[in-house]
Amino acid sequence: MSAAMDTESTYSGYSHYSGHSKKAHRQGSRDRHKSPRSKDGSRSEKSVTIQTPPAEPLLGNDASRAEEGQDDNWGETTTAITGTSEHSISQEDIARISKDLEDSVGLDCKRYLGLTVAAVLGLLVFLTPIAFILLPQILWRDDLEPCGTVCEGLFISVAFKLLILLIGTWALFFRQPKADIPRVFVFRALLLVLIFLFVFSYWLFYGVRILDSKDTNYQGIVQYAVSLVDALLFIHYLAIVLLELRQLQPMFTVKVVRSTDGESRYYSLGHLSIQRAALVVLENYYKDFTVYNPALLTASKSRAAKHMAGLKVYNVDGPGNNASGQSRAMIAAAARRRDSSHNELYYEEADHERRVKKRRARLVVAVEEAFTHIKRLQAEDQQKAPGEMMDPREAAQAIFPSMARALQKYLRTTRQQQYHSMESILQHLSFCITNNMTPKAFLERYLNPGPTLQYDRDRWFSKQWTLVSEEAVTSGLQDGIVFVLKCLDFSLVVNVKKIPFIKLSEEFIDPKSHKFVLRLQSETSV
Amino acid sequence: MSETHLRFLPVITIYFISFSFQQRIEIHKLRQGDNLILGFSIGGGIDQDPTQNPFSEDKTDKGIYVTRVTEGGPAEVAGLQIGDKIMQVNGWDMTMVTHDQARKRLTKRNEEVVRLLVTRQSLQKAVQQSMMS
Repeated sequence: MSAAMDTESTYSGYSHYSGHSKKAHRQGSRDRHKSPRSKDGSRSEKSVTIQTPPAEPLLGNDASRAEEGQDDNWGETTTAITGTSEHSISQEDIARISKDLEDSVGLDCKRYLGLTVAAVLGLLVFLTPIAFILLPQILWRDDLEPCGTVCEGLFISVAFKLLILLIGTWALFFRQPKADIPRVFVFRALLLVLIFLFVFSYWLFYGVRILDSKDTNYQGIVQYAVSLVDALLFIHYLAIVLLELRQLQPMFTVKVVRSTDGESRYYSLGHLSIQRAALVVLENYYKDFTVYNPALLTASKSRAAKHMAGLKVYNVDGPGNNASGQSRAMIAAAARRRDSSHNELYYEEADHERRVKKRRARLVVAVEEAFTHIKRLQAEDQQKAPGEMMDPREAAQAIFPSMARALQKYLRTTRQQQYHSMESILQHLSFCITNNMTPKAFLERYLNPGPTLQYDRDRWFSKQWTLVSEEAVTSGLQDGIVFVLKCLDFSLVVNVKKIPFIKLSEEFIDPKSHKFVLRLQSETSV
Repeated sequence: MSETHLRFLPVITIYFISFSFQQRIEIHKLRQGDNLILGFSIGGGIDQDPTQNPFSEDKTDKGIYVTRVTEGGPAEVAGLQIGDKIMQVNGWDMTMVTHDQARKRLTKRNEEVVRLLVTRQSLQKAVQQSMMS
């Protein structure tokens, strides 16, 4: 784990529940302290921090470094994320600034820096036309030519255009940032630069031609301000097209595979940069993939270990430590070895299925029976029997004991017991009772593992993600790109494929051309 | 001289088998009540679907085939077998007729004897096999 990740204070994936689950296969160096920050609804809970590791060579890390030592060409041959795109200059500067800030102050400042820059620029831009119109009035009012209805018409149009611009900017840009991303958004940065240059050049012209020479043609000045506002509206249109519309049309299909159990999904994306695509994938991950359950993974590892166990390599030909040859020999021997582990797997799985089905049947019956004890009181009945009335929570507590044991056994068998506490079950039960749900609707949450969003936040294993990519993270998606979203326990491997160019041709069928014949094979006796 | 004869003999028999192995069958109709019956059933015809014919080798063959032979009937007695393709009936060609035309040609009320020219696959193959061995 890199030092930078330890200094971060916003993410809190390691909470107290980890004590319940099996720790056998986890990495050693994880913090297990309670982090109370995760519980108060601070903004950090909503943010998904995607952070690239600091500039180390990526692929060179595990395999090559150990054996070859420090290769002289490691700078060229390893792939690292260092923003090597055409827009690299300003980005690297910003990135360096942001990394320095990050190391010293914390991640929040990077986000706020971007926001403040944009806000200041926006305010400046908004006030500029007003300043253009007001400055002559303030500075040399007496010299100005009188300008009657034309100017007033222009004032009204400036006012309304500014209002529209304000509403449009509010709608488009004023959003709560939902994620921290490693690099700046290229298009946003470009737009900010464009706006800045544009306004700067207008001010320059204004300052030289109008302020210095004290131009008296007030109508011309007002029209100049109107032209500025028009151009700003067009830049706003450009912003909509670049930031929003361009990525709507699907161009790529990405396949996301979870590394631990192979669960995979496909998504359609448009023209996005890799980091934005990663964001989209992660947003969908929380809703589509079933929750990561480490308890389900231990069986396959023990099977594999048993298969290779008991094989030892003896080197008969003499001294010499041919490590790779030995391991290859072991693999070959293990493959040829005739053991019955496949048999064990088959019977174990069949057994498990039967057990799960039996427990499930018992659970369904118990819940159905429990639900029959509850009856909703109508409004007029409520006055008749005031003594026995219960609110949903009490009703839930009343019927819970009859199904508790069956539910607990079922959860144990399917290894979901750490995801559901008694409190959460009671809450869900009272929720279902309030909304007139059937037993099956109540059970839907427990019978199948749901997506990660369904569970409490402190059951989520992963909120801090790292984007590992061979291409620059701000470059656009291309066909064949593979990047990996790593969190501590598992990773999501994302494979990008381009949607093929479809050749569609037409064929006209005359409705009258649908004619048929009977095909017979009759047999006649003579 | 004899050697060259022997060399040409298989070639000549092959020609005979592939082009003109046919059998002539004469069936005497049996009177049953008001009808004259022959004792077999036919299938096929140019208006029928040749792909459903189980007896033909070539599934585009639209000829008339014998699909059933009643036991003890005149056809069986005369030597007609199931799966035979009827090429001619009393000199009339049966390879390009509709099913109904074929039925009519076989069931003419004023004919008591029909002479069929049939061809048969099984016999072809048997002769070929015996020639090879």
